Amino acid sequence: MVTMTELHRYGRTKFIMPGTAACPGCPLQVGMRQLAMALDGKMVMVIPAGCSSVIPGTAPNTAYTWPTLHVPFASSPAVASGLVRALRQRGVDGPVVVWAGDGGTADIGFATLSGAAYRNDDVLYIMADNEAYMNTGIQASGTTPWMAWTTTSPSGKTEERKEVDLIMLMHKIPYVATASIAFPMDFIDKVRRAVSIRGFKFIHLHTPCPPGWKMDDSYTIRAARLAVETGAWILWEYNQGRLTISPPSIPYKDKSRRRPLEEYLKIQGRFAHLKPEDVKAMEERIDKQWDLILKLAEIFK
Amino acid sequence: MTQAVARQVRKVLVGDHAVAEAVRLARVQVISAYPITPQTLIVERISEMISKGELKADFIRVESEFAALATVYGAAAGGARAFTATSSHGLFYMYEMLWWAAASRLPLVMAVVTRVVGPPWNIHNEHSDLLAIRDSGWVIGMAQNVQEVFDMTLTAFRISEDERVLLPVAVGLDGFILSHTAEPLDVPSQEDVDSFLPPRNPRIPYVVEPNGEAITMGNLPKDDVYHAILKELMDESMENAKKVIAEVYGEYGKLTGRNYGPLTECYRCGDAKYIVISMGAWTGDILNAVNRLRNEGYPVGVLRIRYLRPFPDEEISSWINGVKGVLVFDRDYSAGYGGVLAGEIMGLVPHNVSFKGVIAGVGGFDVSVDEFAELIRDFIDKTERDGPMRVRKSWYIPRR
Repeated sequence: MVTMTELHRYGRTKFIMPGTAACPGCPLQVGMRQLAMALDGKMVMVIPAGCSSVIPGTAPNTAYTWPTLHVPFASSPAVASGLVRALRQRGVDGPVVVWAGDGGTADIGFATLSGAAYRNDDVLYIMADNEAYMNTGIQASGTTPWMAWTTTSPSGKTEERKEVDLIMLMHKIPYVATASIAFPMDFIDKVRRAVSIRGFKFIHLHTPCPPGWKMDDSYTIRAARLAVETGAWILWEYNQGRLTISPPSIPYKDKSRRRPLEEYLKIQGRFAHLKPEDVKAMEERIDKQWDLILKLAEIFK
Repeated sequence: MTQAVARQVRKVLVGDHAVAEAVRLARVQVISAYPITPQTLIVERISEMISKGELKADFIRVESEFAALATVYGAAAGGARAFTATSSHGLFYMYEMLWWAAASRLPLVMAVVTRVVGPPWNIHNEHSDLLAIRDSGWVIGMAQNVQEVFDMTLTAFRISEDERVLLPVAVGLDGFILSHTAEPLDVPSQEDVDSFLPPRNPRIPYVVEPNGEAITMGNLPKDDVYHAILKELMDESMENAKKVIAEVYGEYGKLTGRNYGPLTECYRCGDAKYIVISMGAWTGDILNAVNRLRNEGYPVGVLRIRYLRPFPDEEISSWINGVKGVLVFDRDYSAGYGGVLAGEIMGLVPHNVSFKGVIAGVGGFDVSVDEFAELIRDFIDKTERDGPMRVRKSWYIPRR
């Protein structure tokens, strides 16, 4: 487990240089900095089209302090596959990380993601999920939650959310986890455990987006934390055959200890149109999800 | 004729296996491809070579051609010598990555086994697939026979990795006609290939690796002319490629005794009053037709395009200088325009010179030596009788 003392060492380390193009309260900056802390800034990164290809600023300059390839939307897992094979052929070790959004992962990039996972290429894949296509102006993606407002689901999304992490679990890769930017110690531990394993590792990182979720810039971490505390976002880890509920989520196995879902929903403008029965239906979905994850934890004991 | 210095072994290989043989001798480190007819023999043979230990490379079995090109692009960015191969629909599925790979200035080689693009499904030979990538920034070659398939693939790595070029190279070979037809060819030894083609320098033009320099590739440009400057630099590289291709083949000719064009080759052109222009394997049939017409007294020669990109405008202009007529055969069709070669070449033909573009073999039907002879004879006779014509597009479709 990473210690606070260790994290304090990174207090003034500028893994991401100042002056980026990120929005105020951007969760991707938070998450990427946590990732960099976990790896001490030593990695090579592949980024498909999305917020994170704009945030570092304009070429030939970059705010990211590690080598980065920006690639077409659907291609990042395949590019990482080739990159890691080339590096290993040349005798170069070290983590190859894909940092992609939900669109690049769950939708347009899904075929290459599935291909790279199936080949078990030695790549750490971080899916930074802000639950819509934020960089193009908040359009619905495969992981946008049911009933959420976006510009392409103006009266609420009618489809269910795609469970990308569970689909990745079924690829029989050695490591799959969910994480949240509100729980950096948990995320950092997961990144470190993941890179110690050879093969394809997938971490689904929850990254609430103030403009996309129609909430105040200062609510990023609050929303991420409430997602876990209401049980809406479950932190779990599958590590080479064993699935466990992660420490921050353990209390919420017990439904009575969860905060009311409204607390999480009411700070987000994208759910402002929800009727009480919608909230109830959403709660039922959360209960079912907990059942599923706890049963999986039983199976992968 | 140059005295060959390389110790060569005569082999009998189909075109696809000649590509694989060149990839083995080039000591390619990462290969990725998705199977598609008639390219499959290439990836099967390479997989076999790796499994037998004849080639120490990674073969990455991908889920699509888009991934295949993305993968070798990643491999090239990681400093490896990389190769892929495709055809027709597969090539089109790569389209976005073709542009990305070219403008990223990474060296790559890809074999394109030419094939019709559907619908309807059709696995026969046509050049429309290869020609549709001509704006993407790839150096594009087209071989005439299995020996040239081998030579063009091997030399492609030198051309692509040259600091003055740094553009990906596509090597075209006619589907089935070359890909699945066995021909004898001379193959140099590993030792001689090693001296001709040293290992790739991973730092040219740049490498992304953990703990490496914090470079960034592909993010937004810093000002509104950055992109235009990149394209201008690519254009400069294409012009450089003309020189580099000539140098590389000059050196390769000294090694193997096989001397090529470099960008074009002209047969019986010295005293020719009429020039027939074509590309690829069927040029062999056109040569036979021209030999027959020469016996009949027609002063005609054949100009074969070996590299369509960079476009060999100076070479073509010098070959057609002073002739009475130019006839171009296209095995492709650019919808709403006509034959691609005819369209590109017409601008180089003076207005007082007879010109005709013939679209033939589209969809894969065979054009015989007799038919070529008839078409060429007809063009020359009409020009002699009626004076210069200007026909950009005409269809030759035998109703059998």
